[in-house]
Amino acid sequence: MPKKSDYLIDRRQFVGGVVGIVGAIMSAAVGLPLVGYLVSPALEKAEGQEWIPLGTASALEPGVPALFTFSQLRQVGWKRTKINYAVYAIADDTGHVTVFSDDCTHLSCKVHWEPERGAFICPCHDGVFDREGNVVAGPPPRPLDRFEAKVEDGQLMILVEA
Amino acid sequence: MAARVVAWLDERMGLLTIWNTVFDRKVPRVNWWFTLGSASLFLAVMQGATGIFLTVYYVPTPEDAYNSIEYIMNDVAFGWLVRGIHHWGASLMIVIVFLHMLRVFIYGAYKYPREVTWITGVVLLLATLGSGFTGYLLPWNQQSYWATVVGTSIVGTVPVVGDFLVRVLRAGDSLTFLTLSRFFGAHIWILPAILFSMIGVHLYLVIRNGISYVPRRDE
Ligand code: HEM
Ligand code: FES
Repeated sequence: MPKKSDYLIDRRQFVGGVVGIVGAIMSAAVGLPLVGYLVSPALEKAEGQEWIPLGTASALEPGVPALFTFSQLRQVGWKRTKINYAVYAIADDTGHVTVFSDDCTHLSCKVHWEPERGAFICPCHDGVFDREGNVVAGPPPRPLDRFEAKVEDGQLMILVEA
Repeated sequence: MAARVVAWLDERMGLLTIWNTVFDRKVPRVNWWFTLGSASLFLAVMQGATGIFLTVYYVPTPEDAYNSIEYIMNDVAFGWLVRGIHHWGASLMIVIVFLHMLRVFIYGAYKYPREVTWITGVVLLLATLGSGFTGYLLPWNQQSYWATVVGTSIVGTVPVVGDFLVRVLRAGDSLTFLTLSRFFGAHIWILPAILFSMIGVHLYLVIRNGISYVPRRDE
């Protein structure tokens, strides 16, 4: 019978090593796909862009932001899901229209226009924006986001992700 | 380094004692049939893990159940793998648990002092079968719907209280969203809680009593 020291490793170490390696391969074979499984919906991209009609541009009073709401059908998982949006449109004296997103640039609460203060107010952490969307007070780091907008046959339209 | 970390933890937690009791215990010279319990354990853990991941996308309502599973199979990355393991693992687990029970029976390993191990095993068998039955309804397709209509109707043959038991299982006279909801609750919470706590007791007893040896000819 050969002495134990004749071998590099003994039987126990060999079996232990094989169990360890096979176990690691099996864990990786199941574990790595699980990462993809979890992040999967985040990898889905928007289908493109579309022009959405908001309403008649002539109703806009120069210098006064007006609220427009619209909803969009989006494919979420296995369902076409209705998602509601609100935007503020403001016309200047020349009739040029700017459309602001109502998402606060701080942490995405919804801003609303307060006529008596002449400002967009975010209730979450007291963010304040002026009628050009610039930050006046509070934590928001940048002005309100703007949509690409156009007026066609009197209809105000904006470009959004579809 | 690793050895020092283990030593540090062991000094405070007594981990090596647990490790040695579980993995370095004496076992008689046995054969491959004695691995079926470990195979059952492996499958139970796999079912638990893949099941947890399935709940990330599965929605237990009649409107969404079927579509959410189609979504997992066709759109989610590796969804086919996660569901496939859970789907086929369910059938395999029932087969393996059954074979494990047969081995224990044929070798007479249920006798003194292992009666309680056997009794916890009976609970494990019932929990495994119950998981298979409740899980089958969850895709809410024609096959699972009618299989559950039939399966719950069988309970109706129990004398006197049969009708009542059927109504309890279905949460009413017919299969509705309430049936789906309670089958889901049973499948992901109640039965796994029973299964895994009983596995704990079962394994404690296996380790405490030691594994029986293969009976000799003259016994
Ligand atoms: C989820 C299901 C189950 C798991 C995870 C499980 C696990 C185990 C394990 C790991 C062992 C060690 C010895 C061996 O593998 O043969 C064992 C032994 C045993 N099992 Fe199970 N088991 C399950 C179901 C059952 C069932 C359904 C029965 C019987 C009704 C049963 C009765 C026993 C008995 C009596 C022993 C002791 C055998 C001996 O000492 O030789 N088990 N079980
Ligand atoms: S989210 Fe608007 S101020 Fe914080």
